[in-house]
Amino acid sequence: MNINVGGLFESIIDLLLANFGWLFDGVAWLTSHVVGSVEFALVVLHPLVIIVLLTTVAAYMTRSIGISLFAAVAFLLILYMGLWLETMASLAIVLVSVAIALLIGIPLGIWAALSSSVSTIMRPVLDLMQAMPVFVYLIPAVFFFGIGTVPGIAATIVFSIPPAVRLTELGIRQMDSELLEAAEAFGAKKNLILRDVQLPLAFPSIMVGVNQVIMLALSMVVVAGMVGAGGLGGVVVQGVAQLDTARGFEGGVAVVILAVYLDRVTGGASSLPGLLRKSKRLKSERVSAKNSTTDVNADATPAFH
Amino acid sequence: MNTIHLEKPAQDHRKEAMNSKSAFIKVEHLTKIFYPSKPRSLLSRGSSRQQGFRAVNDVSFEVNRGEIFVVMGLSGSGKSTIVRMLNRLIDSTEGSISIDGKSVGDLDPSSLRAFRNETINMVFQHFGLFPHQSLLQNVAFGLKVRGVDRLTREAKATEALTLVGLGDRIHAMPDQLSGGMRQRVGLARALATDAEILLMDEPFSALDPLIRQDMQQLLIQLQRNFKKTIVFVTHDLDEAMYLGDQIMVMKEGKQIQRGTALDLLETPADPYIEKFVAEVNRSKVLSAGMLVEPINGADHEDGCSTGSKPLPAAENGDSRVEHVTATTIIADLLPLFASGCGRLHISDNQGLVIGQLTAEKVFAALSPKESVNEY
Repeated sequence: MNINVGGLFESIIDLLLANFGWLFDGVAWLTSHVVGSVEFALVVLHPLVIIVLLTTVAAYMTRSIGISLFAAVAFLLILYMGLWLETMASLAIVLVSVAIALLIGIPLGIWAALSSSVSTIMRPVLDLMQAMPVFVYLIPAVFFFGIGTVPGIAATIVFSIPPAVRLTELGIRQMDSELLEAAEAFGAKKNLILRDVQLPLAFPSIMVGVNQVIMLALSMVVVAGMVGAGGLGGVVVQGVAQLDTARGFEGGVAVVILAVYLDRVTGGASSLPGLLRKSKRLKSERVSAKNSTTDVNADATPAFH
Repeated sequence: MNTIHLEKPAQDHRKEAMNSKSAFIKVEHLTKIFYPSKPRSLLSRGSSRQQGFRAVNDVSFEVNRGEIFVVMGLSGSGKSTIVRMLNRLIDSTEGSISIDGKSVGDLDPSSLRAFRNETINMVFQHFGLFPHQSLLQNVAFGLKVRGVDRLTREAKATEALTLVGLGDRIHAMPDQLSGGMRQRVGLARALATDAEILLMDEPFSALDPLIRQDMQQLLIQLQRNFKKTIVFVTHDLDEAMYLGDQIMVMKEGKQIQRGTALDLLETPADPYIEKFVAEVNRSKVLSAGMLVEPINGADHEDGCSTGSKPLPAAENGDSRVEHVTATTIIADLLPLFASGCGRLHISDNQGLVIGQLTAEKVFAALSPKESVNEY
């Protein structure tokens, strides 16, 4: 006996298409415009300006000379390989899909952390989203949004949401229960606890989630090239189709550079609050030390002169 | 002229004075049964689900205003559950808790929050400090919750940190401090809100013995000024006896005995407590006030004056009599008795003599209960 699961799924898609076609058209229009403007912003400025910008961001986030230097050299390499426009197109797709995935994923993660029943329901759904071969998403995505960037983004989002949800939930749930008790014992409201205690403490874990989302999104860039999303994916797909080793390899190298850059930068961001707090603390300690030394000076201690 | 007759030792006298008002914290038939939230496996479904685990079993007690009430017991005896029911971090299964005449169980969520913030604060075993906030922010947390503006709450927090000896490190982060210092912050956080009741859940258990002693002394010192009502949980009988005005000993969720340190030493309610008490260093937990006796008119000439060591409350009034306050521990007095002194006069904080302490009484109290019965 055969159970026609595929047929069922197909008819659901058909039903959605027939009734909500206008909605998908609207979403497609909006998304392509957003991606278009991000891409425009990245391309309209001189590549060297963008490279300086990307290097500065790396320097600020990681506080590492090595990574900043790598960023500058690697993006110059992309520029001189002649893949600048494609790389910026891919970067735009990644940025937009990551932003949307995080906007959906992090609140869901918080919700799942606060409610066990939500967590229980969410877990198998996330498993499904993550374990399903990525190509499978492309088929309905093309039905809904047509050929181009938007189905690529849609598939990317579905594929990359799970780590955002999972790691946000984990970060909040793994918090020392005594800290939660302490916050409750002082009569704090739930949203104050969330804002002042749970989220700051979960931040490193959430940033690992962001990092994972970016990596998954980047891995989807090439796959999305198959539905005409363009960018580096297009280059690689073209290289494969024409058996052009050189072109394919260049596209691959550009993807790797983008991946390493985004990974290091977001990896650095997880320790950023600690660094910022430290510098702030040193500053306030300096200020109070200064105040006390001026007091001492006012008393005039000749022994030191 | 300096002899004041007392029928009972000072400790009992104080207790009596406080009992005349109605109890501040009144707990009746408190019971907590933990049920497994859902059957873990098909096998365990039947028995444990219906039975549950009785963490606290029908416990009643009263705590007076300004008193340190110690809940003593080994791990798993339900002592931590009891303090958490007092501020409803854990809801009780049965029984009632009333604080200052108000039933804690009947508070709705928002008055419960206000109650926790304003009336009953807590100090935790592992300090419960927020690692991402400076000491100042940590200590100001309760006031921030209350909605106090930043300048006021930081001034108040600085004051509280100064009280516990950390006034110069307000911008440090918790991970830069040693365990003892972190617990000082925990204490400061609870003091900053001016709450009347402090719940202390094994606050010093995670500390080294020496630091623990410092912290106990700090607590006593602070308590002298602030007169908080403290419910203090510990598994250490020495600590319980050193700090506690009243001690409640718990075992497997049940209350075994409740009384003063002296009650536990003199009349242990069962072999379990006897075993505990046998290991206690009596000279360190007994204070002069616990053993004080009234002075017979004829005897008061015999006050001992041999001790040359100045004691905290040594007064100029009667040079022949060594004045010792009720809170002096017996260990500090042993050198005096060893040098041949037969009796000491005990005075209160103002230097007024409240009674005498005889060598016989002291040595009788120091010897374990069983050996006394043998003679």
